[in-house]
Amino acid sequence: MPLVRTVPCRAALGARLARIETAVSFLMLFLALGVVLSHPANAMKIQQVKSPGGIEAWLVEEHSVPLVAMRFGFRGGSSQDPNDKDGLANFLSAMLDEGAGDLSSGQFQERQEELAMRMSYSDSRDAFYGNFETLSENRAESVKLLQLALTKPRFDGDAVERIRKQLLANLVYAERDPNKVAAKAWFASAFPKHPYGRSPTGTAESIKAITAQDLEAYRKRNFARDNLKIAVVGDIDATTLGQMLDEVFGELPTKADLTKVAQTAPVAGGLEKVIEMAVPQSVAVFGLASIKRKDPDFMTAFVLNHILGGGGFSSQLMEEVREKRGLAYSVYSYLMPEDHAAVMLGSVATKNESIAESLGVIRDVLKHMASVGPSETELDNAKKYLVGSYALRFDTSGKIASQLLGLQMEDFGPDYVENRNAMIEAVTLADIKRVAAKLLDPSQLIVTVVGEPQKLSKESPAVVQGGG
Amino acid sequence: MLHNGLRRFSTLVIALMTLALSPQTFAADDATRLSQFKLENGMEVLVIPDHRAPVVTHMVFYRVGAADEPVGESGIAHFLEHLMFKSTDTIPSGEFSKIIARLGGQDNAFTTQDATAYFQRVAKEQLPRMMELEADRMVNLQLTDKEVQTERDVILEERRSRIDNSPAALFGEQMDAVLYQNHPYRIPVIGWEHEMAQLSRQDALTFYKHYYAPNNAILVVAGDVTADEVKALAEKTYGKLKPVEGITNNRFRPKEPPARAPRRLKLEDPRAGQPSIHRAYLVPSYCTAEKGEAEALDLLVKLLADGTTSRFYKKAVVEDRIASSANGYYDSSGLDSGKIAFYAVAQHKEDLPKIEALLDGLIADITKNGVSESELKRAKSAYIADYIYESDSQATLARRYGWGLATGRTIEDMQAWPDRIRKVTSDDIKRVAAKYLDLRASVTGMLVPKERATASDGPAPAAAPKSRS
Repeated sequence: MPLVRTVPCRAALGARLARIETAVSFLMLFLALGVVLSHPANAMKIQQVKSPGGIEAWLVEEHSVPLVAMRFGFRGGSSQDPNDKDGLANFLSAMLDEGAGDLSSGQFQERQEELAMRMSYSDSRDAFYGNFETLSENRAESVKLLQLALTKPRFDGDAVERIRKQLLANLVYAERDPNKVAAKAWFASAFPKHPYGRSPTGTAESIKAITAQDLEAYRKRNFARDNLKIAVVGDIDATTLGQMLDEVFGELPTKADLTKVAQTAPVAGGLEKVIEMAVPQSVAVFGLASIKRKDPDFMTAFVLNHILGGGGFSSQLMEEVREKRGLAYSVYSYLMPEDHAAVMLGSVATKNESIAESLGVIRDVLKHMASVGPSETELDNAKKYLVGSYALRFDTSGKIASQLLGLQMEDFGPDYVENRNAMIEAVTLADIKRVAAKLLDPSQLIVTVVGEPQKLSKESPAVVQGGG
Repeated sequence: MLHNGLRRFSTLVIALMTLALSPQTFAADDATRLSQFKLENGMEVLVIPDHRAPVVTHMVFYRVGAADEPVGESGIAHFLEHLMFKSTDTIPSGEFSKIIARLGGQDNAFTTQDATAYFQRVAKEQLPRMMELEADRMVNLQLTDKEVQTERDVILEERRSRIDNSPAALFGEQMDAVLYQNHPYRIPVIGWEHEMAQLSRQDALTFYKHYYAPNNAILVVAGDVTADEVKALAEKTYGKLKPVEGITNNRFRPKEPPARAPRRLKLEDPRAGQPSIHRAYLVPSYCTAEKGEAEALDLLVKLLADGTTSRFYKKAVVEDRIASSANGYYDSSGLDSGKIAFYAVAQHKEDLPKIEALLDGLIADITKNGVSESELKRAKSAYIADYIYESDSQATLARRYGWGLATGRTIEDMQAWPDRIRKVTSDDIKRVAAKYLDLRASVTGMLVPKERATASDGPAPAAAPKSRS
């Protein structure tokens, strides 16, 4: 759900400057907070398929549109980047359509285009994701190409150098993008001695240091069958899918060779860091420790976040910062329960003269939520939205596949689908108040601001809370 | 791909599928997919059934956009779009989106040069309520000065977020301002800041009363519904509204004079990142082109510059290595004209002229020699496949067809698109390249970092962010 009312840009000049750049959009934020939850149990039948070779996947058959969508994930991600090779997983994600088997980069991409096959890769801190879509009529040929990409990528010298140049260019742009600088600084500040504090896109130095051998080594260690989850939606039956799974993933090693990543938490005590940049509007990222996906209180925290800053125009942050004061176009928060640390993150952008006021209002909203909590009405409204909007996440093949992969990556069973709405309904006001009091301590807030903020230390006016 | 897909509107799913696949599999189902009718008050309705999930996308398009704004009131179309979420006679201030959220729905809106659209995505049971709400705010909007003032601050912040904080976006505004010499497409949709700051409650209401009416609106419902259901509901809600006299489909905008001279501009900005070169041409759109020309332009841009298999990428990035990326697109959906743009990012400022010469050479080659059959075939199949992929999303279909209707196209015309794409020949591409990629109708722009970088790929010293804690 875009949280914002858009002026669709007539031509996003910046958006397509670099083909590798992954757009961190509101859509992605929405996925980040929503991917693990939910389901419209009605009508959708999830089959658990096991291939003859023993590879498992979840399947939803949908024969009315002649395409097959597959999402898969290898646990690992950018936290598996070696110490001096930050950005390796991200580099690899850009290399898998740059030639494989007998096909050079150009041949591979032309073949892909002939087949109208869609294939892309991305990395998060804890996983490496693949996204594959094919027209039914080209499925057999597309699957061959996918298999080649995953098992026999070439990493030819000229292709590696070309992508390296693009990644370095992306870094130059990212260094000048206040949103990206603020987010990067947030993780560096919150996790100074942990892989989470490093940049998933690396540094100029680390990108320059990465070799074809590094890419292949990462692939070998991370692409395996025991850390792999797969979701498939579309015009394919279970038997055919079984054969396809063996063809694509059958040659991968049984076990991944992952480096152990320590459990961690954001630094205690809170901090506020300003990074100066000559822009008219300051961008702030704020966040603090939250709770893990498997914590019994997770669902409560999820509903809490919805009321606080996850619910678009229904959220308290939007109400106080935008609707009442006109201080920002966009302000939001979301939960990011990673494997090795959980955080609640948010962002706001306000002209330099008033960013201090926005941050003051946000602190007051947190404070009020921690001490008083939401009203019964706010909780009811949040539940109504979360339960009622549940089906909207399942109306395209690609969206269904993403949801089903998300559940598997968190080790949930397909029955989660049946139970999810009941879990939302079960959250009580007392639960919310307890979890809010525990989590939302403004003194622990880690804030990074990019811009030329004024009056940042000054106290902001107190916030009068509406009950919703 | 998405970019192109969203900008071109055309064609029915059925037409695509019969083109690419065995027709018997899908034709029976899809033949019934689209229904179009008109309410008595002149409101157009389009229904796109999709019964896979129990949800619907409900959209209302108004045939008005930023290019219809009064002189000096840039941004009013978009500002009004924001204000439409405030209050009506029966909806208290700011409650609109909250009501929809309580019903488990998501809502939003967008403004472009040629149309303004509002949409909700909800469980099918909530469709009647969505229609009531949308019909209500079509005629009953109430605005207070306080709401207007606060929201004006919001759109100014929106402008800072989207435009002022980004050198690429500021540069894009400058390119458009120069490309169009007389047509209002030269003015950004969000508005110029100094004019936005002056927009008033009265400006918004005047614009609203003039353009928001059933006879200037198109309803699109996609999802788990039938045409009969939608018709009955629409008659009970939108059907009760009175048409406004004096609205016509012939929208008058100032026309472009003949373009007589290539234009050039350069923006230096400390935050520009790497040097980049941009070339934009004023060309026809699907709405204005002679039959088959827009299709030929589509394929021309696809194989010349869209993606890693294109000539521009292969030559500039892969072979000559003077650019780190090279791309192009055809903005083909405008009511009054289209735009073709190419751009590339270089590591060194000195390479920009080389890239420009290379691009000019590639264009000259096509105008002289046309394109190969294999390239043409690949480009055609890529486009046709995009449409099958898009048919997976009811929201995408609603947007595509709604936009087409809002800019005066017919379903039949959109349906014929795949056939016309199929018919494009190498000669057609050669001809439109020669006719429209004419430098006199172009702007060439450079966006470069203000200080020369010291290291080959390092940031300019003055632009590097400084830390202060």
